[in-house]
Amino acid sequence: MRFHTLKLVPLALLLLGGLGSATKAREGETPPAGMVLVPAGQFTPLFRAEQEPKQFPVDAFLIDVLPVTNGDYLEFVRANPKWRRSTVQRLFADEDYLKLWAGDLETGPGVHSNAPVTQVSWFAAKAFATWKGKRLPTTAEWEYAAAASATLQEGGNDPDFIREVRAWYSAPAPARLPTVGSGRANYFGVHDLHGLAWEWVADFNTAMVSGDARGDTGLDRQLFCGAGSEGAKDRGNFPAFMRYGFRSSLKASYTVHNLGFRCARSLTGETK
Amino acid sequence: MKINALSSLCARVLASALLVTAPSLAPGAEAAVAARGPNAKGADPTVTGEETAVLTQAPHVPPPIKRSHATKVIVKLEVKEVVKKLSDGVEYLFWTFGGDVPGSFIRIREGDLVEFHLLNHPSSKMPHNIDLHAVTGPGGGAASSFTAPGHSSQFSFKALNPGLYVYHCATAPVGMHVANGMYGLILVEPKEGLPPVNKEYYIMQGEFYTAGKFGDEGLQYFDQNKAVDERPTYVVFNGAVSSLVGDKAITANVGETVRLFVGNGGPNLISSFHVIGEIFDHVYPEGSTVPTLKNVQTTLVPAGGSAMVDFKVEVPGTYVLVDHSLFRAFNKGALGMLKVSGPENLIAYSGKEVDAVYLGSQAAAGSEAQKQVAALQAQVKAAMTSDPKISALTKDIQIAKGKQVFMQTCFVCHQVNGEGIPNQIPPLAKSDYLMADAERAIRIVLQGQTGEVEVNGKKYNGTMLPLNNLTDEEVANVLTYVRNSFGNSGEAVKPEAVRRVRSEAPAPAANQYE
Repeated sequence: MRFHTLKLVPLALLLLGGLGSATKAREGETPPAGMVLVPAGQFTPLFRAEQEPKQFPVDAFLIDVLPVTNGDYLEFVRANPKWRRSTVQRLFADEDYLKLWAGDLETGPGVHSNAPVTQVSWFAAKAFATWKGKRLPTTAEWEYAAAASATLQEGGNDPDFIREVRAWYSAPAPARLPTVGSGRANYFGVHDLHGLAWEWVADFNTAMVSGDARGDTGLDRQLFCGAGSEGAKDRGNFPAFMRYGFRSSLKASYTVHNLGFRCARSLTGETK
Repeated sequence: MKINALSSLCARVLASALLVTAPSLAPGAEAAVAARGPNAKGADPTVTGEETAVLTQAPHVPPPIKRSHATKVIVKLEVKEVVKKLSDGVEYLFWTFGGDVPGSFIRIREGDLVEFHLLNHPSSKMPHNIDLHAVTGPGGGAASSFTAPGHSSQFSFKALNPGLYVYHCATAPVGMHVANGMYGLILVEPKEGLPPVNKEYYIMQGEFYTAGKFGDEGLQYFDQNKAVDERPTYVVFNGAVSSLVGDKAITANVGETVRLFVGNGGPNLISSFHVIGEIFDHVYPEGSTVPTLKNVQTTLVPAGGSAMVDFKVEVPGTYVLVDHSLFRAFNKGALGMLKVSGPENLIAYSGKEVDAVYLGSQAAAGSEAQKQVAALQAQVKAAMTSDPKISALTKDIQIAKGKQVFMQTCFVCHQVNGEGIPNQIPPLAKSDYLMADAERAIRIVLQGQTGEVEVNGKKYNGTMLPLNNLTDEEVANVLTYVRNSFGNSGEAVKPEAVRRVRSEAPAPAANQYE
């Protein structure tokens, strides 16, 4: 009996999340199915150069409620043969691309079809988004949306949220990822930004290329050494450090077992 | 910079990604990579041959290097995030070099050319890298070894300076990666080697910061606030409480010389490393290859630093390794054992020769010590106002848990086998005094014991301090353990009984010194 109740809760939350966010949409904007509107606001990045402002304005944008699943991605490779496992170019995806799947057009028993698709490269994620008429969210958009807890836009003021986010980093990775949408929707109506898998962003290695001299010590100091937190806004925000660190370790052709993605769209509908 | 400006960076990201990725398609690309740096063929005429490094898990150390020339050494170190035991019933997601804390011991020779491969296991959640203090160059290898899950990195370095060096992960947030166990030791043996010894062991201290208190069971999460405040929950040798205790103790025989390679991963604390009952014949301070210190009792091991110590063991028995910042040793786990076996050496150590009464400054009623005891007892009573957890433990579980308490708190005096110390510490083994009155035993644990007692026909007149930092459950468990071990057999002691004794009024002061 208890189990049934538990299963129903996420579904209810999903519906509530969708309804709640729809009311937040701007006049004349009805988010397409599966997306919610994140209103314009200010984003405070974890790292910034001295001459940069403390906050960036973020334009209103649309973001997927859920990460892209294995099922969604299967449709994509059916329609786009060059992104199948056996045909993809090594330049665009490393040798572990879709390695958890049973075959080119078969997700198989290794993954749940409703779990986030992982072992996909940045190129592949970007191609999927383009195919959908969408794009990948920027770091600023992703972090801005992910800063919200279930009840507050500024999740940093919600101790339960902080605890839940940290718990994921302290727990071992499951062999098989759980399905999407099982957690609570956040303030904007978005699910699974924390606690399920990492997600690609459009400018995943901005932190690496924004320094003056590539490979020089000024940049390394920010990312690797004891002084790494000097330029950081919130030194206590360990999960953000980990996300920036994680993104910096990637190359666009890399695939990782718990790295997936979701799509975004600008309000005008054009991709950035 | 607006968001639009960010997207202009995307083009650069893409360009750089293509630049990085493209060579892997070109034939001969690997040769082009290998031609760079000290790893290039013919670049270093002093290096001959090639071998793969033998890596060992603590407390073991790879054998001394017999080579009289430099060689190319291939080191393959795998990073794994694994759930393991931190203490009895306490688990933690350790981030490890080689599957264990501390990381694998690496042993090379001065002048060796090291081809280092860092492999990040596909199941890892985090990217990792390695900063080896033995590397001369920016970041100690960190920038060249930054590796995403399911990927690997390679870099090479020449071991220019001999010494015992710490290595650690230096991925942001660095403190957390180190606090989760990402450290180990690499020994660069000097060309002439180290003086031969009979036994070598690998000991590395580190702290853990858990959301729960010491001993709170289940999977424990990293507590960042405690780490920033430098208030560790655990301070341990070799990655876990009791990792060097009991049948996991390190061993030697009388007459042998023992060398300890001691490291300190930190991330915060400096260790006052000490072996109870031994004097270090030589200390190579801070991992230097010059034994500048002789006859040392306690040596400092800085966070991110090391020391080599050696000493000849003359007298059989158990030697306790501690961080002599003692609450770390007895309350947080920084405790290990060296068991030395062989014939007694009564010239080096006689054992107790004389036992006489000395009344000089014993605490009398109204004295400072007596006031302290009364204050502690009042504190205990006050603690009782909080709602204590009621435990429904079976006797077997109590015995198992009690053993842990015993091995953390009691064994130093009462000894591992419960025999005590002749004429000084009364035995628990087959003890008529212990078994005669369980409630009296509870009172002694909670309130301490001063004055003469007769145990198994022998008189003892020592002092046992009150152990009122133990919970009701812990007192019940440890008494159930000692009353059912060492040849004893008795009823389980219930936490309720402890609670009852704790809540009773402290005994009138006059009675204690009658």
